[in-house]
Amino acid sequence: MNPGKILLVEDNPDDVTLTMRALKSHNITNDVVVAQDGVQALDYLFGAQGRSPSADLPAVVLLDLKLPKVNGMEVLQRIRADERTKLLPVVILTSSDEERDIIDGYSLGANSYVRKPVDFVEFTKAAQQLGLYWLLMNRAPPSPRGP
Amino acid sequence: MRDWPIKRKLTAILLLISGLVLLLTSAAFVTYEVVTFRQAIRSQLATRSRILAANSTAALAFANEADATEILGALKYDPHMVAAALYDRNGRVLATYPVTASADLVPPAPQPDGYRFEGGRLVGFTPVAQGENQRLGTLYIASDTKAVSDALQLSGVIAIVVLAIAMLAAYALAAKLQGRISEPILALAETATAASTRQDYSLRAPKFGEDELGALTDSFNQMLGRIEEQKRELQQHATRLEQRVAERTKELERRALELQAANSELDAFAYSVSHDLRAPLRSIDGFSQVLLEDYGAGLDEAARDSLQRVRAASQRMATLIDDLLKLARVTRTEMRTERVDLSGIARELVLDIQRTTPDRQVEFAIAPGLEAQGDSRLLRVVLDNLLRNGWKYTGKQPQPRVEFTAMDENGGRVFVIKDNGAGFDMKYADKLFGVFQRLHSTAEFEGTGVGLATVRRIINRHGGRIWAEGIVDQGATFYFTL
Repeated sequence: MNPGKILLVEDNPDDVTLTMRALKSHNITNDVVVAQDGVQALDYLFGAQGRSPSADLPAVVLLDLKLPKVNGMEVLQRIRADERTKLLPVVILTSSDEERDIIDGYSLGANSYVRKPVDFVEFTKAAQQLGLYWLLMNRAPPSPRGP
Repeated sequence: MRDWPIKRKLTAILLLISGLVLLLTSAAFVTYEVVTFRQAIRSQLATRSRILAANSTAALAFANEADATEILGALKYDPHMVAAALYDRNGRVLATYPVTASADLVPPAPQPDGYRFEGGRLVGFTPVAQGENQRLGTLYIASDTKAVSDALQLSGVIAIVVLAIAMLAAYALAAKLQGRISEPILALAETATAASTRQDYSLRAPKFGEDELGALTDSFNQMLGRIEEQKRELQQHATRLEQRVAERTKELERRALELQAANSELDAFAYSVSHDLRAPLRSIDGFSQVLLEDYGAGLDEAARDSLQRVRAASQRMATLIDDLLKLARVTRTEMRTERVDLSGIARELVLDIQRTTPDRQVEFAIAPGLEAQGDSRLLRVVLDNLLRNGWKYTGKQPQPRVEFTAMDENGGRVFVIKDNGAGFDMKYADKLFGVFQRLHSTAEFEGTGVGLATVRRIINRHGGRIWAEGIVDQGATFYFTL
């Protein structure tokens, strides 16, 4: 079994570093692809202009909400609107615990909503559990491309 | 008559008065006529009797019955004469008229001299004498009173005709003259009706003269004028008021828009705080932890302690940010008012507190059936803060106890949350509900100083009031109304 990649959509380099560290420290060895804004995330999933998208879809998208250019909600909307990506597991990983964001996130079809704890020990635990759950325990939807 | 039109009333009164006057006058006229006539025919009879008596002296003196009968027979030329008789000195009947007069026509003996009306007739007894004092007998004459009744009838007819003509004239005059009085009154009434039904106060009643009705019309017109003026003033006031209301409304709308703008700015700010202020804190805490994990072995105790302090501070700041956001949210969220089971919520919160802190045994006494009208989510925040405060500040008490009850005061429900914890000095009671105001150090009791400010804001939004009483080391009691 080849566990898929993680697409981490995060604009803050500190958060990227800390998230990578948290994941690695728990032996989640999957490839982590980082998109620094919404446009990069969409390019990765749907292909930039004139280029075909990456061959395989990631196993899970860890999506921050506040992103430059195209924000997280828009990225989520695009993912759910496309036939190829509409079942892709998306976990919103954000600082916000605004009720509006939580409701909007689930309404747009997020699979999970996790607020980043400030306490790094807590954060590490959360990242570990996320990785374990979505990469190892969760059964991913079948690949839309078929055999 | 009371509901008759004034025209008819006036005519009727005039006719009644003139009718009564005419009736009395006519009666007096008829009475006078009759009395005068009766006197006339009586003296006429007396004259005739004396003439006849003078002519009868010879017949009586000689008791000549044939002469006497002839003399009396001359009476047939007066159709009113009913009967006559001559009595001799001894009162015996010598002759009668008509010759065969029955006993009821001629009295059997003479009666005292004189002339009088008697039984529908005028009768007279006249002495028949020779010279001055030698009485020879008595003459009796009876005349019918048909002449009197004829006269009565005539004067009656005259009176009735005059009465009828006079009444007709009076009616004509009354009908014409009542207008002088009724017309101004009717005009006044018409104007008053028109003014009140059409609310047209520019109308004026026409004036017919300078009498009392003229004065009344003037007063009425003046009154209309004043009403008209006041109405105009009132309208001006109303217009001004409407203008002001419109201005105020505009102003309010502008303010509401400003407030809306401010609110959405606040929303954006809160969102930004929630998201952006926490990110650096995460880096501070995260990389401090990285240092501790990766280089902890190379650091001395003081360095590790410093890093732990950095981490504690950043986490505390995160808590502060979260509490502030909660406070802001309390002001922003829309209220949904419903019946709220406060006892039920309190029991749930207590269970939660006891489950998350099994190491502490605090006795909670929740009165059953406490209910209020309000927003259940916001009231949950209130109870959560107050119960947790009670739990927190009884931390140094060997037998900690927190009560939630209610009492009725001045007709309103007052909810009470009381603990036997650290309490506070009443000197600082007014600082209790301020943001970031704390009466204890963080070392003594954890906290950010936002909780009670949040509670007060929620209570205020419910239109209620909150206050507290405390004694140092004996406990605090929080009272609130909703």
